[in-house]
Parts: sequence; C-alpha cells; structure tokens
Amino acid sequence: MTWILLFEQLLNGLQLGVTLFLMAAGLTLVFGIMNLVNLAHGSLYMVGAYLTVAAVQWTGSYALGVLLGLLGTLVVGMVLEVVALRTLYERDHLDQVLATFGLILFFNELVAILWGRTALFMSLPSYLQGHIEILPGSIYPLYRAVIIGVGLVVAVVLWYVVAKTRLGMLVRAGASNRTMVAALGVNIRLLYTLVFGFGAALAGLAGLMAGPIYAVQPGMGELILIQVFVVIVIGGIGSIRGALVGALVVGVVDTLGRAFLKPLLGHFISAPAAEAAGPALASMLIYLLMALVLAVRPAGLFPAKGG
Amino acid sequence: MRARTLILGACVLLLLAVPLLATLLKQPYYIDLVRRVMIFAIAAASLNLILGYGGLVSFGHAAYLGVGGYSVGILAFYGIHNGWLQWTLAILGSALVALVIGAISVRTRGIYFIMITLAFTQMLYYLGISVEEYGGDDGMRLKVKSQFSGLVDLSDPIAFYYLVLALLLACIYLVHRLVNSRFGLVLRAAKSNEARTRAIGFSPYPYQLAAFVISGALCGLAGALLANHTAYIAPAFMDWTRSGEIMFMVILGGMGSLPGPALGAFALLIVEDLLAGWTEHWQVILGPLLVLSVLFFRRGLAGLLPGGDRHG
Repeated sequence: MTWILLFEQLLNGLQLGVTLFLMAAGLTLVFGIMNLVNLAHGSLYMVGAYLTVAAVQWTGSYALGVLLGLLGTLVVGMVLEVVALRTLYERDHLDQVLATFGLILFFNELVAILWGRTALFMSLPSYLQGHIEILPGSIYPLYRAVIIGVGLVVAVVLWYVVAKTRLGMLVRAGASNRTMVAALGVNIRLLYTLVFGFGAALAGLAGLMAGPIYAVQPGMGELILIQVFVVIVIGGIGSIRGALVGALVVGVVDTLGRAFLKPLLGHFISAPAAEAAGPALASMLIYLLMALVLAVRPAGLFPAKGG
Repeated sequence: MRARTLILGACVLLLLAVPLLATLLKQPYYIDLVRRVMIFAIAAASLNLILGYGGLVSFGHAAYLGVGGYSVGILAFYGIHNGWLQWTLAILGSALVALVIGAISVRTRGIYFIMITLAFTQMLYYLGISVEEYGGDDGMRLKVKSQFSGLVDLSDPIAFYYLVLALLLACIYLVHRLVNSRFGLVLRAAKSNEARTRAIGFSPYPYQLAAFVISGALCGLAGALLANHTAYIAPAFMDWTRSGEIMFMVILGGMGSLPGPALGAFALLIVEDLLAGWTEHWQVILGPLLVLSVLFFRRGLAGLLPGGDRHG
C-alpha cells in the first residue's frame, strides 16, 4: 500500500516537474540567448491561464480555447519583447530585474482589473476527467497523466528543434555571437522576437495546464517563478538539459517532502514536534537543496558552455 | 558642492519640521507616513552599502526586515518587552542570518547572486508562514511596543518619529564613514575591477561578506523599527516584492550616493501613497512608471542634485 502511495506521489512530483520544466525552458532559453533576466516570465504563465479561461468560455470548446490561449500568450510575449524588453538586452542584470519587476506589478493589476481578484475555476472537458489504472490496483487522475505526457513530448521536440534544425542552429549561433550572425544576413531582431514569443507560449502552456489543478488568480505566476529560479540555478543557467534535470529533481523533492517528511520525522522526534517541523522543513527543502548544490558546484549541475 | 549641501540641509530641516507642520495642519497621518518612509530609507541605505558601493545585487533584503521584526515580536510574545534586548537581538540575529546567506551567495556572481539571495529570502518567508506558534500566515500583533527604560516612549508618535529620524541620519553617517574607510576602498575597488583588486593583494570575499553582514544588521534594525511602527509582524515583511521595492528605492534615488536611498524611499512611497489614494488599481500605473524610470532615468534622483558625490 505504501509503495503504491509512494509511486503516486512520484508521479505527482513528475507532474510538478514537467510544469516547472516548461517554465524553466523558456526562462533559460531567453537568458542563454538574449542574456535577459525576465522576472515577468511568471506573468506570462498567468496570462496563459487567464486567456485560456476566457477563450474556453467564449468558444465553448476546450481544445479551441487552449489553442487560442497559446496563440494569445505567444502574441503577448512578442509584443512585450518589441515594446519593452528589446531595449534591455544591452543593459546589466540589475536594470533587467527592476524593469521586469515593474512589468509584474502591471500584469497582476491588469488581470485584477479585467477578471477581478477572486480565483477563477477552470473546468475540464469530460474526455480529460476520470482516472486511469497505471499499475494493477493503482488509479491515477487522467489529466495529471496527460500533463506529464505533454511535458515530456515538449521536452523532446524542444531538444530536436534546438539541436537538429536550421532554426535551432541560428538560435545557437545568435547566442554565441550576435553581431556575426547579423552580418551573415540573418534578421537577428526578428529571431529574438520569435524565441521570446516561443518561450512565452511555453510559459502559457504551463499556466493553462496548471489552471484546473491550482487556482487561476492574480499573482499565481510569482509562486511558481521563484521555484523556477531554483530549478535553473540548480540545473545551470542557460542549459536546457540542466533545466529538465533540475525541474524533475525539484518537482519530485518538493512533492515527496510535503507528502512524507512529517511521518518520517515522526519516527525520530515526538509527534507534536514533527507536526510543527514537518511542513516548515518541507517548504524549505528545495532551497536547502539549492544551497547544497551551489556549495558543491557554484555554476549548477550543467553549466552552459561559454558563459 | 555648496548648493548641494544647502539643498540636503533644507531636506533635513524639513524632516525636523514635519511633526510640527502636521500638528499645526491637524494631519497626524503625515507623521505616520513620513516615519514609515524613513524606516524604509534605513533599509534602502543599508542595501546601498552592498548594492551601490559593493556591486552586490541582493534581491533578498526583505529577509532582514523580517528577522528584525520577528526578533522584536518573538521576545514580546514571551513577555520580554525590553527594547535594548529586543533591538540587540534584531541586529545580531540579522547579522547572523546575513552571515549564513552571504557565506554561500557571495561566492557566486551576477545572476546567480540575484537568484540565490531571492531564494533564501523566500525560504525564510515560508518558514514564517509555516510556524503556527507565531501566527503563521496571519502574523502576530505586537501588543506592547519596545520599552527603553523610560528613555523614549515609542507610543508617542512624535518621540518615535524623532528617534527614527536620528537613526536614519546615524545610519547614513555610518555608511559614509564605512565607504570612505580603507574597508570601503577595497569594497569599491572590488566592484569596479575584481581582477585588479586581487592583483594588488586583496581577496574581495572577506570584505564583501563583511559588508553583506553589516548591511543585513542595519536592515534588521529597520525591521525592529517597522515592527514597532505597524505594531504587527507577519511573513509579508519578507515578501519578495518588498525586496524589489527596497531595491527600487536605491536605484530610483541613485546607486552609490549617500542621500540617494532616502530620496528614493521618499519618491517611491509618496508616489505609491498618492496613486493609492487616487485609484484602487494604482499598481497598473506604478509598474510602467518603474519600467520607464529604469529605461530613461538612470542616474537617479541624486543625479539631479548639483555637485556630484560619486564616491559618497
């Protein structure tokens, strides 16, 4: 019985992990290629969730709503890049952090104006509800399994695009020498805008998939954003592989910590003490993990090459 | 230089006159507002020491506001209202926390440093939320303010106001002495060129760590003041947007300038207050204003003052 519970919690950890990966991939791509620290990445996650809720209500179809939500986030991301973030590429990290911090305030409040401050409920279509039997005697929510599947497919596609296609080659070339790529006749500004929009769409995908599980409300992006920072610091900033490993580790550690730390502590210290210390320690676990990784490897597990 | 001294002197005189003016105009709210601004100015001045002079972009300064605040709150929770004791704990506790965070994060550079300081602060924030004993998410009230053996009565808004003003000026003076000492010289040298600093025989790490600890301790004092000011302590003291706000005060006022952080604190909090009085959705205006100030107003308010003090 406990093994089945452990297995289910592992799957939950995996599900959180792929959500974190979708966020981390965009953030780390934008950092690795444009050298931009984008705190507003969490806002794009939020925008994705809200646009999808609105689009599902408007069209009445979940699939169509998801498609429109993704496209909408892509457009919002590209507009954001052209209007505000483009000028920040040459600035230092401090300016980037501050400017994108200002954008967070703006987006949270804009969403509150448009949809109100109360959390929205996002319902699933009937074909995504229900459970599937993963192991004999163990059922798991279908929707969470779908999230894991989508996340893993995106990871593979992302790896293929960046490593094997002409577009990916241009992106990698742009990351190592922007001026040279521009001199070879590539429209690097357009390329950057596309990369940013693509990262935004990934964040939007994470947001719209998280919508039915967590609450859709203003500020939802910041909760996950800081976990994503932990992910990319652990994985190594600028590295997609690092983002994937970091995300899965953080997702599993966080989920297992919340599920099992309290009963585990109960074996060693008194029950009331475990009751108090368990949740506190569980919520601090990923930060302790990060401190540990950095103490051993200051540049993360998979430092990006050349920077 | 003369004009600059005159303007800053006038600012201090104005601060001295605020309680009198507010009482005359029957607007006691402004004593409260300006006191709050000055507490944040202390926090910003402490951040300026490492950010403006040391080049360490700490995105977790709110942590020390929290440690300072909870030091006062937890002692008061157990019936210890002695302010000397409470504030000493606030300062030493923050210094200790800063030592632990700094020992790990000062070894890293650039974006890693930003994210690690942020993550540690977030860790303390969740610690504050999960400790139910001290109110958890809701925080706890400070029923009795810090007692200073009858020397200063913090329940008297005007006495408290002048205490905060005196501490702010003392704090700015301390930063001034620090950055102009040999210690500060090494700190500034490491900011402008780390390799050269090493080449002439200084390892920046101990200096940067010491500055990080002093900065945390000063901010802890601001936290103790803030707890007494709001008569309330909550994890929200350590919210990461707080860290962002403090950082904005430093940048808006002018990094690496002595009066800068105080000017920035005034500008930001007064604008916030005005916007909040005007519309519930003030952040939708403040956000873009902040973006514009980063993009186009790079020298900060202190840069508008006549005469430069590039070295403090």
